[in-house]
Formats: sequence, C-alpha cells, structure tokens
Amino acid sequence: MSAPTRVPRLVEQFERGLDAPICLTWELTYACNLACVHCLSSSGKRDPRELSTEQCMAIIDELERMQVFYVNIGGGEPTVRPDFWELVDYATAHHVGVKFSTNGLRITPQVAERLAAGDYVDVQISLDGATAEVNDAVRGRGSFAMAIRALENLAAAGFADPKISVVVTRHNVGQLDDFQALAQRYGATLRITRLRPSGRGADVWDDLHPTREQQKGLYDWLVAHGERVLTGDSFFHLAGLGAPGALAGLNMCGAGRVVCLIDPVGDVYACPFAIHEKFLAGNVCDGGFAEVWRNSELFTELRRPQSAGACGSCGHYDSCRGGCMAAKFFTGLPIDGPDPECVQGYGEPALAADRDKPRPRVDHSRTVLLKLDRPPARPCNESPV
Amino acid sequence: MIETSLGWRLHPQVAVRPEPFGALLYHFGTRRLSFLKNRTIAAVVESLAEHPDVRSALSAAGVDPADEAPYLQALGVLADSQMLVPA
Repeated sequence: MSAPTRVPRLVEQFERGLDAPICLTWELTYACNLACVHCLSSSGKRDPRELSTEQCMAIIDELERMQVFYVNIGGGEPTVRPDFWELVDYATAHHVGVKFSTNGLRITPQVAERLAAGDYVDVQISLDGATAEVNDAVRGRGSFAMAIRALENLAAAGFADPKISVVVTRHNVGQLDDFQALAQRYGATLRITRLRPSGRGADVWDDLHPTREQQKGLYDWLVAHGERVLTGDSFFHLAGLGAPGALAGLNMCGAGRVVCLIDPVGDVYACPFAIHEKFLAGNVCDGGFAEVWRNSELFTELRRPQSAGACGSCGHYDSCRGGCMAAKFFTGLPIDGPDPECVQGYGEPALAADRDKPRPRVDHSRTVLLKLDRPPARPCNESPV
Repeated sequence: MIETSLGWRLHPQVAVRPEPFGALLYHFGTRRLSFLKNRTIAAVVESLAEHPDVRSALSAAGVDPADEAPYLQALGVLADSQMLVPA
C-alpha cells in the first residue's frame, strides 16, 4: 500500500522488531511419513518430548493475546498428530488463523469437505516437481500422486484457493509455467520459495540449488508474474537483479524481528530455516513464548543494526541486505559476508573455498533416507507414528 | 478509488493490530495482510464506522483537506482489497 506521508521505510522499522511476530511458523511434530532430501527440519521420527495438547493450547492462548494473526503450521507432517484437528479448531476459535503445510497424506474427501466448510484455515500442499519424476526424486516415490490426490479432493469439496507450495530447485525451475498450470487446474495459487541449505537441505544444497543463470530466469519470471504468485518474500537475495521494488512483497530477513519458529518441543528459533543452537532463542516452557520473543538475548541482538560486513561497499546492499543469514550459516560462509547465491557472484569464491558446514545437534531423520537422484528401494509409505 | 460520500467500516473479518508505525490489518477471509504506515491513517481506518462519510473521518483525524489525496488513495486500496466495506 502506498504511504500517505513520508515515514521511515517499513523495512527499516521491521528490522528493529515488533512487539509480536506478524506470523510465525510452528512445526507441530518431527514425525513424517516422507523423508524429503531437503527437509528443513530433518524430520522423520517423533520427538518423545513433543509438546502436549495442553501445552499447545497454552501457546495458542498466548498468540491470541499477542494478536498474532496466523500461524504457519508444519512439521514433519503435522496432520499425523492425533490432536491436529483439535488444535486447528482451538486456534481458529481463538482468532489465530491457521495455514498448514502438508504432503497431502490425510487430505481425504472427508477432511477436504470439513476444510471447505470453514473459513479460517488455509491449506498448503507441498510439491517439488510438476511431474512425478522430478517431484519424487526429492520427496520420495508416490509423493506426487499423494499430493495430487489431496488437490483433487480439495477441489471436489469446493475448498477455495489452496496453495501449491514449491521449493525451487535446479530440476524444477524450468517447470514454473507447468506449476502455474497445475495450480490453475485445481483452483489453487502457486507459492514458490527458496531452497535453503537447512536441515537435510545442507547435504543436497550444492547439487540442488538453481544455477546463476537459472536465478536470473527465476527473477524475470517472478517480476513478470508479480503478485499472482506467492513467495513468502523468500527471494530477497535476488532483489539486486533489477530495479528496487520490482520484486513484489516485503523483501527483507524477518528472523527474530517479524517472524520466528516454534519447534515441536517448544524451542523458539529465529526463523524456519535456522534450526541450530546458534539461532535458538529459548523455549516456550521457560516463561512462555512472549517472554522469549520480547526478551531473549538472540532476538534483542538481531534487532540491533546489523553490520553490512564484507558487503558494505557493494552497491546492491540496500536491495538484498546481504541475503539470507541461514543460507550463509549452513553453507559455512561468514554471516557478515555475501549470500551463497549473491547475484553479483560474490558468494561463488567463498563456496569454492574450503568450508566447514555447521551441523545442528537436532536431527530427527530416520536412519534409512532417500538419496538424491536415485529412486528409493521401496515406496516411502511407512508411517513413523 | 473510494466513494467518499458513503460511510465505510472495516470488514467484519478484519483484525487490527496497533503498531508503533501505524497498524497491521489482517483479513481472515482473504488471508491478506496490509500495513498502515502511519498513525493518522490507522486512526482514520479505526474511526471510519463512527462517521457518516469518508471526509468527516479524515477531518476528525486532523487531516487537512489539502493533504487528503494520499489518504483517499490508501483508503481506495483498502476498499479494493475488501478490508473496508460500505457501512
């Protein structure tokens, strides 16, 4: 929206942090029926310390008091929690809107009808290829069919405007128009986000992240499709490829300032792509979420002016703000240097040099994992719960 | 554009969160977020329902008629995105 009078840019105000997040990501469980190669949260097995229904409800009460408008629920596969629908209903009854990400597992015709009857729940189906071949190489055999079945069920039930959520990779970046067509077919909106080297993504990022040429194509595609495609504002590292403001949305890093992540055991991290001790602000069980959000050392530090570091002399710094903190950290690059996918190419020498990729202590992967570019030995239909 | 002779109010599914810079608006139906980038526009939006038309809301919030263009434009954007509806 256009500003009536000149005030400090919203981005500058947001960088100082808000009293409450605008929205937050809440991974409800680390349990998952799939084992995607790039899983941000290294999900698979349920954590025995997972928050109880009552603890989750207490968080929702707090979010309501803080006027957090909505939560992005994910996991793991959040719908495998037996109390998933109970929590969704509790949140929406308490004025906390719900958007949840699912691989489609539990979106049966009955569930689709139930969702279509309500108004406060948004559904996001994850799909990382517009064809089964491309999708299943990353998400596991059968996962494309599962997602499409969910979309069909939602469409048949009359659920309005689900989202198809795509992580852009080297192999699907050429399918953007196909994804768009797929979205159209199911009355859905396409949402594309950046591949992060977080969680298991650290192991595959070097092979999966779009090439520099592909990034340029992606940027042009985004500018051409503007607001009709959702991005979670995740491509701000590409902002320097064109005129300021050409990319739709608020293009800044909101970590610990306007967004954060609550994980299944109540740990609060700066952002959904930062499950690592270094970005751990605290736990909701120690005095509540608001306490962590407002007073944690980490978030206080993130809300102070950040050093442009090695990027200070670059003319594009105002556009990209040095890129994504998590992308730098998990690829083993300095936080105050260029993004690994810096559009000026400043990340490339750093990537080519010896790197030490930090590993988080937290890993819920099952022992047998999908390997990239090789079909799994058997369908990934085994439920961990 | 917003029809200034009409009375307007927030859509019943819109929540307002006051912020130091102005306010955040969230529409639970369209699931869209909007930013009100100063406190004057926030005050105008929150008081719209108490006024018979847009101009009286603007003047009550202290907006000089000579300065009203950007406010009308902002209200027009809000009306277009269903954040505001005719009262």
